[in-house]
Amino acid sequence: MIARNWTLKDWAFPLVVLGGAALLAPLPAVAGSYWMALLVNILMYSVLATAWALFSGPTHYVSLATAAFFGLGAYTMAFLGEKLPLPLVYPAAALIGAVVATVVGLSTLRLSGVYFVIFTFGLAELVRQLVTWGEAKFGGTVGRFVFIDVNQQGIFWMLLGLLALVLLVGYAIQRSRLGWALRAIGEDETVARHSGIDTTVSKVAVFVVSATFMTVVGAVMAPRWTYIDPSIAFNPIISFQVLIMALLGGAARLYGPILGVVPLAILFEILQANFPNSFSILLGLTFLVIVYFVPNGVVGLIDQGRDKIARAVGRRPHPAE
Amino acid sequence: MQPLIELHGVSKSFGGLKAVAGLTASIPRGEVVGLVGPNGSGKTTALNLITGNLTADSGAIVFDGRNIERQGAHRIARAGIARTFQLVRVMPTMTLAENVAIGAMFGAQPCSPAEAQERALPLLARVGLAARADQRAASLTYIDQKRLELARALAAHPQLLLLDEWLAGLNPTELKDGIALIASLARDGLTIVMVEHVMDAIRALCSRCIVMNAGTKIAEGTPAEALADPDVVKAYLGDDDA
Repeated sequence: MIARNWTLKDWAFPLVVLGGAALLAPLPAVAGSYWMALLVNILMYSVLATAWALFSGPTHYVSLATAAFFGLGAYTMAFLGEKLPLPLVYPAAALIGAVVATVVGLSTLRLSGVYFVIFTFGLAELVRQLVTWGEAKFGGTVGRFVFIDVNQQGIFWMLLGLLALVLLVGYAIQRSRLGWALRAIGEDETVARHSGIDTTVSKVAVFVVSATFMTVVGAVMAPRWTYIDPSIAFNPIISFQVLIMALLGGAARLYGPILGVVPLAILFEILQANFPNSFSILLGLTFLVIVYFVPNGVVGLIDQGRDKIARAVGRRPHPAE
Repeated sequence: MQPLIELHGVSKSFGGLKAVAGLTASIPRGEVVGLVGPNGSGKTTALNLITGNLTADSGAIVFDGRNIERQGAHRIARAGIARTFQLVRVMPTMTLAENVAIGAMFGAQPCSPAEAQERALPLLARVGLAARADQRAASLTYIDQKRLELARALAAHPQLLLLDEWLAGLNPTELKDGIALIASLARDGLTIVMVEHVMDAIRALCSRCIVMNAGTKIAEGTPAEALADPDVVKAYLGDDDA
């Protein structure tokens, strides 16, 4: 129905996504295990940061709950991985993520600004403490081994598929009335409501989509670790890294977060390999530098550059005129 | 004919302050009604109650035969009430066309994004901003942002348009244009309630005028009658001058 009056331009983004995925898919055949580990890391953060920006980009509601959903997914795999057939575990994780996100969304998305940020951070901690308590009380142990037979290639392909999917879903949302509603909410929520937008439903819907992707990423990643405990699966650093990657890339465009993930994942890899003891300090410094020097992200720099070129050749008027 | 909107004993308090206290009023279809009164008399609160930005503590608001006092702002907007804000509110990083498209897309006659952007252009033309359709709203002057707000409100296909001091701060030429624009909307059959301090505009545009003081209606009638009412003079000027 929508696709009937799509022009070539409308198809460009989906075609680039699918083409890109097709190009990357054979990489495991040539990459060694070190490079595979780095690629899996980049893909993991690409899906997480794109999913984060799906909601937080247009609405400007900064969520620090990434680790909560990621960890839920990892624990779903740890709990159900040996009880259910593997192809059922991922949908189960998606369902759990969606249900939790709906409850969280309905109870928190009436909060605005900094209150929402604090709540999402608190939520991630709450879930972590609950899992720790539950494991100690009923499981008698805090950590869990995850012996699931999924190799590095399998994880790579699943993450690549998820990345393509999250980009396509994001594209569909962006072009729909829902996408416009989210942008209006980010611009001025009062105006949005008085223009007829059901702001709560719009926010919760996309928060759930975003969180579902994060949860599935957690389930996909769990077998790679063999052993998980709450401080690994619900590590708040995940939330902060995703946030800073999306901001470096630029959350205003769908492909923006990936532009932040690739350089930062490589940088973190180098830092962790060479300065394991001062990694946290260097991470903090990186955050400061990005916020200070690239406030609108790589996407913002690209747009600025494009405007400058356009102005130089006189093709379009100055935006402020 | 049944009035388009009726308020029955509507009240709203903020802590100990009774901003609106038992306000009863009705607005006939197709009329331009002025809502006037001294600062702090509850005019903007009344608009916020009608549009669902605030929820009344008590009383009923009936719009087009339906009770709306417990509806959310978005449902009221979809039912056909559009507004502008006293302190102008635009979506700053969206273009003018996108601002107006939002109004069209989610208003009383919802439509697709593509259609909404088409609907936006004639409305921008009507408020004199067509040439700037692709600029960001933040780049407009305060007065032009007010025009943009009006275009966004009209895009929602409202039956009732609420203008909160839309003419404030205009110079004489702009005021003349603004009054002509509102008059043309009224000729199209739109029901308009305007909160306004510009009395010349009230006299020029309004068939009726409701005067509020301390949260209640103290006078009502043609602008000439209502403004000559001794209670109104007292409210504006104090006892000694009455």
